[in-house]
Amino acid sequence: MNVETLFALCACALVGIGLYGLIVQPHPLRKLVAFNIMGSGVFVLFGALAKRGAAAGMAADPVPQALLITAIVVAFAATAVTVAVLLRLIESTATASLANEPPSGE
Amino acid sequence: MALSTGTHAGALLAAAVLLPFVGMLLGVLLGGRQVQRVALACMPLGLALALGITVAWLREGQTLVYLLGGWAPPLGIALRADGLAVAMLLAVAAVVCGIGMYARADFATPPDVRESRAAFSYWLLLMAVWGALNLVFVSGDLFTLYVALELLTFAGVPLVCLAGSGETLRAALRYMLFALCGSVLYLLGAVLLYGGYGTLDIPLLAGAVQPGAIARTALALMTAGLLAKTALFPLHIWLPPAHGGAPAAASAVLSALVIKGSWFLVLRLWLDVMPGVVTWASAQLLAGLGATAIVVGSVVALRQERLKLLVAYSTVAQIGYLFLMFPLAFDATGNVLVHGAASTGGLLQAVSHATAKAAMFMAAGLVYAALGHDRIADLAGIARALPVTVLAFVLAGIALMGVVPSGAYLAKKLLLDAADGSGQWWWTIVLQGGAAFTAAYVVLVLGSALRRRSAALMQVKRVSRLAEFAALLLAVGSLALALAALGPLPGHLVSNPLAPKELAMTLLVLVGGALLALGLSRAPLLAAPRPAAAAPAGRLRQAALALGIACEQADRLVRRWSFASIGLLTLAALFGALLLVGRAT
Repeated sequence: MNVETLFALCACALVGIGLYGLIVQPHPLRKLVAFNIMGSGVFVLFGALAKRGAAAGMAADPVPQALLITAIVVAFAATAVTVAVLLRLIESTATASLANEPPSGE
Repeated sequence: MALSTGTHAGALLAAAVLLPFVGMLLGVLLGGRQVQRVALACMPLGLALALGITVAWLREGQTLVYLLGGWAPPLGIALRADGLAVAMLLAVAAVVCGIGMYARADFATPPDVRESRAAFSYWLLLMAVWGALNLVFVSGDLFTLYVALELLTFAGVPLVCLAGSGETLRAALRYMLFALCGSVLYLLGAVLLYGGYGTLDIPLLAGAVQPGAIARTALALMTAGLLAKTALFPLHIWLPPAHGGAPAAASAVLSALVIKGSWFLVLRLWLDVMPGVVTWASAQLLAGLGATAIVVGSVVALRQERLKLLVAYSTVAQIGYLFLMFPLAFDATGNVLVHGAASTGGLLQAVSHATAKAAMFMAAGLVYAALGHDRIADLAGIARALPVTVLAFVLAGIALMGVVPSGAYLAKKLLLDAADGSGQWWWTIVLQGGAAFTAAYVVLVLGSALRRRSAALMQVKRVSRLAEFAALLLAVGSLALALAALGPLPGHLVSNPLAPKELAMTLLVLVGGALLALGLSRAPLLAAPRPAAAAPAGRLRQAALALGIACEQADRLVRRWSFASIGLLTLAALFGALLLVGRAT
């Protein structure tokens, strides 16, 4: 097994763990962490693909790396926005639950 | 090619994207009450830019291109504006101007305050949504589209929780987390495509892509992810509380504009990037979800007690409408999606919905502002107190129904023609039935609003005249889209609105709508019928009520987080399977 395949398999595992967390973890913060794990999986996959797609004489295809940086910044911004909303939610309701919508007026 | 920066008028595209963002940054710098002034100054400028782009596109007769820094794809990034993009740019600019007019009253900074938080955020976020949408429309590659879509979400989420109550914050958080699920799936698909074909530029990718495992997996993942962001049933987990709870001026932005971004991207993917990968069966699934959205969304809308939630659920139904075009857009061989009557119809539908839904939310907001509540059962007398607002609501409803003369009528006509042409009669039923459902909730609201009430019992606050006229203007604009038939659309589509066939169809839709409203509304619309006539009617009403309750329960079930997230994955898998097997025409 070459190194790209190993990384791609790791990526699959990370995406799987992230998806599992997003579905079953009730706490929003845990869901957010799960999203980050899943995102990391995608980034690792992109890195592995960059390695596989390298031109002759180069270590890796540089384009995915440029895109990756942007994607990481976007994921970071997403995390920051989510945490900010979550903090406001905790401030105003003293709970961090997504679940308990009122039974009727929703 | 290295030194040129694209077509002659390409720089206009960059300007259209930059203007709202520059306005936003300027607003942050100046702060205070200047934000509103900057935003309002940007609006006519942006509208002028959009008009300029339209004129340039018409004159050049080809896609406008702007190469950032003069670098051509695959290394560089191109902005492109084809007909779809130009139409959406123009529509969004017009709707933003209308919303700006409306929001002047709601989000004005009070004279004795230096800076009010809600107003400051609102105008900045409005600019951000506008800029992000423009970027979605003109992006030429899938990664820039990803970034644009994320910007759109980041601007949309705070709009949901502008009011700052626990309920809206929770809605915003649900929206954000679910949208993030969708965007990871989209990014995963884009990464797979890059791994397979070495480019994300749309024309280059369209030339290279082959119906194989990579393209099918990527398309399935990206489609499912985008549907989560568009809130197509059963992935509408976040939409009703978010759109129903936000202030009206924000709901109008969210409902009319924000969801169109990810819808537009599905359109791009299916028609421009992978028209040959898409299969007949997968398109049927997509439109089938749309049809379910129309039925469930409309029935639940009819059972709402509050006007704003009714309008929010009507958005759930109208999103379904936007996806009906996909199975109708196949070419004669049934293997490739093409731009044609169906895609034009879909686009027109989106533009009509953007204008009409913005008007509807504004009208609902004005009713709330005047009465201090928006309980549908207690709207009696409002038609007399706020005639312009109620007129705007009804005109917007007519525009959504697609009866003559309106933009949605032309759209429906185009889609009906396409359905006839390709022998898919079942979509004809859905298209006509959907119109009757829309008629139903307009009738429901109007029935309540037209009831009399003695003036002494009513306490109506004054509302801004300008806001009322902004709502009316957008509603009339949606109707006036029918004029598109004079220019870019084939003229034979416009039949005489007073021809017996058209009148009969309109009447049928209205009567169907009235019957649906009678049967499905929560509280009986009329006084109890006489016992002699009641027996059969009563049984029908019982059945309709049971259907309503069933739909409501189904809606509540699919909006549970576990159900929605598993549904998202299931849909991705289902699309993958149908892309693999479904070549059957």
